[in-house]
Amino acid sequence: MLKHDVLVIGAGLAGLRAAVGTSTRYDTAVLSKVHPVRSHSIAAQGGMNAALANVEGSKDDTPEKHTFDTVKGSDYLADQPAARKMCEQAPLLVYELEHWGCPWSRLENGKIAQRPFGGAGYPRCCYSSDRTGHVMLHTLYERAVELGVNVYEEWLALSLAIDNGRIHGVIAMEMATGRLEMFAAKTVVIATGGYGRLFARSSNALINTGSGIALAYEAGLPIEDMEFVQFHPTTLYGTNILMTEGARGEGGYLVNNRGERFMQKYAPSVMELAPRDIVSRSIQIEINEGRGFNHEYVHLDLRHLGAQKIIERLPGIRDITIDFAGIDPIHDPIPIQPGQHYSMGGIATDVTGATNVKGLYSAGECACVSVHGANRLGGNSLLDTTVFGKLVAEAIPQYLGSGAGEPNTKIIEAALKREQELIAGILSRTHGTETVGTILSEMKETMFNQCGIFRDRKTLEKCFGKIKELKERYKNVAIQNSSSQRYNPGLMNTLELRGMLELAEIIVAGAIPREESRGSHSRTDFPVRDDQNWLKHTMAVYAADGPAFSYTDVEITDYEPKERKY
Amino acid sequence: MSPKNGNTDLQYIFKIFRFDPDQDREPRYDTFHKQLPYGTTVLEALLNIQETDDDSLAFRFSCRSAVCGSCGMLVNGTPVLACRTQLAKLIGSQVLVEPLPNMEIIKDLVVNMTPFWESYRRIEPWLHTNGDNPPKQERLQSPAQEKKLDPYINCILCACCYGACPVLGFDEEYLGPAAIAKLFRFMTDSRDQRGLKFLEKVDRRTGVWNCRTIFRCIDACPKDIRPTDTILALKRKLTLYRFKKFFRLI
Repeated sequence: MLKHDVLVIGAGLAGLRAAVGTSTRYDTAVLSKVHPVRSHSIAAQGGMNAALANVEGSKDDTPEKHTFDTVKGSDYLADQPAARKMCEQAPLLVYELEHWGCPWSRLENGKIAQRPFGGAGYPRCCYSSDRTGHVMLHTLYERAVELGVNVYEEWLALSLAIDNGRIHGVIAMEMATGRLEMFAAKTVVIATGGYGRLFARSSNALINTGSGIALAYEAGLPIEDMEFVQFHPTTLYGTNILMTEGARGEGGYLVNNRGERFMQKYAPSVMELAPRDIVSRSIQIEINEGRGFNHEYVHLDLRHLGAQKIIERLPGIRDITIDFAGIDPIHDPIPIQPGQHYSMGGIATDVTGATNVKGLYSAGECACVSVHGANRLGGNSLLDTTVFGKLVAEAIPQYLGSGAGEPNTKIIEAALKREQELIAGILSRTHGTETVGTILSEMKETMFNQCGIFRDRKTLEKCFGKIKELKERYKNVAIQNSSSQRYNPGLMNTLELRGMLELAEIIVAGAIPREESRGSHSRTDFPVRDDQNWLKHTMAVYAADGPAFSYTDVEITDYEPKERKY
Repeated sequence: MSPKNGNTDLQYIFKIFRFDPDQDREPRYDTFHKQLPYGTTVLEALLNIQETDDDSLAFRFSCRSAVCGSCGMLVNGTPVLACRTQLAKLIGSQVLVEPLPNMEIIKDLVVNMTPFWESYRRIEPWLHTNGDNPPKQERLQSPAQEKKLDPYINCILCACCYGACPVLGFDEEYLGPAAIAKLFRFMTDSRDQRGLKFLEKVDRRTGVWNCRTIFRCIDACPKDIRPTDTILALKRKLTLYRFKKFFRLI
């Protein structure tokens, strides 16, 4: 049995920031199914919001205004004290990363540059060309190397050992050998990111299975607001690789097959820089009504920006379109369509990242504080990861200092035994009638087509039935080659698919009763927001026959909900 | 390439390196015949084989968009990222897929990258400061100073250069191209205060001097980083540093 004071699951921005924060005082380790720099944070392009007031046109920007934009962007479902906390912390985190070596793009006066982003009243998005996640993740990894943070690379966390409302440890598999190991830990941080791969069209990395959320759900923690799934307006047609909002922030146009900048109709005052939920719906309406190309996509046109600006500010976008679509945005418009991008929901936490289990914390995309409510603003997720990673690292010493007991090894041993039995069960099914591949692809198509950008009761109920069917069929999955457990993708995919099906069920089952349209949850049968009945958070708790739902109030302290217009 | 433009499927024969040290006495090559649409990448083909033919086939992947550095491997003998390698751009219909050289095999196409990360740590890959408290806000850096870093911060640590380097084939103590390029990135940063003295740590055969300027790393880099240029630049810096030190100019 391995022992640590703090065990962080996930090595993206949130996990690394938490580990960097606790490692100077406590025995801290990070456990991740990929090497830290392979985490999906690396793919973030556009930037990180902070009211630095560095650029012309943002001189009177403040964290207060950033808070308001975040709350309005969330369609008033964000908890306002949490959003305020995040926006107040934002400048500190940008400066901290700079001090650790982050190569932010700069203004002529040497200060950090900022660009306009969707749903923001000021240019407040700090960036490093269009590779912001890349430079931030490398900077935090460099900091972790400097501090000697212990990393278990390529370990898959399988379950949490919880008893009597307290965390005791984690069971994980070393992928290189297939060996199961017990980790005793006084505190555990879940920072495993989102679940994009539940959906057929997703901008997310292939590793984004939502496994940490599923671990928490299966351990009985409440999972909040999962029906709110962000669809990014501009993913590259064919592969759904992200085309940053920064492309529009730099002045890119969205154009339909008649050559019209159609956002004029939907958000005349901010055009292409409306929040993501609105732009995604607008694009999908254009496509559905025959004004797209091949009934599949519209154009993101950057040509008028000129070669120099594209090469300087959007080099990563250009690389991607050349490599994956064979087109150069200097000369051709980019074919784009909306794709799943972000999970607003996740493990319910308070504003320090604490869950309702003592010693168990969560931060980043897998957590729901809630700061993003029903729709996250672009530039607020890199912010969320670092702020809440830091706040978790600040909360843990308080908990450990107030007499957190030693982990109970019996609880961890019992958890190990359950995992061993589960895996033995999978390996013993040598003649299953189902494969991971078929169930996964049916789930993805179902979720995208029936629980996607536009929803209605009839389709959602169909989706729910299909997910239930897939959960049944999952019981007959057998892996093809079980002779060796060493780095066995068949076994790992089978283990992860179970959790993915659970999350799919929470999303669709939570979407059915919410009879309103709010942020990313857009019901064609209930097109209006209903604050009377639905200004509340959804909480899903595990039960044998499917999630049990309850609802909690939204913390509204400063801004009364108003109609959301742009 | 996408958008998929209706071209008919193409026939490929994949020969894939297989080795499980727990079961196999020696490596073998498995053959898979696949019909795949125009626009399929090597990574997509491997995922397809894993899904339909053999779910024990091991390889690394994550972003599938050439930014995470997971899927470095040899395709027809050349180190590449599998995710950005279009099958249609390869010559012929036979596709030979093997792990990156210069590292031990964990299984199939998955190699043990520990030596690569050890080299990376040896150059102390973090911003060195003199210990003063940083300012409350950002340190200033001009756009020109920041742009100097651009070619090097783009490194995704995929180890394609490490696999391509012929020196690492016989001298596993050598730092290798990626680590040296990373050192150059920090020494180029106007905010880094490690100073020329730090170069003493790489002033040895296993530091910068073992590079034979064969330029394989430049060919292999999927991000156009040109590690050899940084190695030559550090060799020049070191020569100047030794000269100055000898004449007690510093």
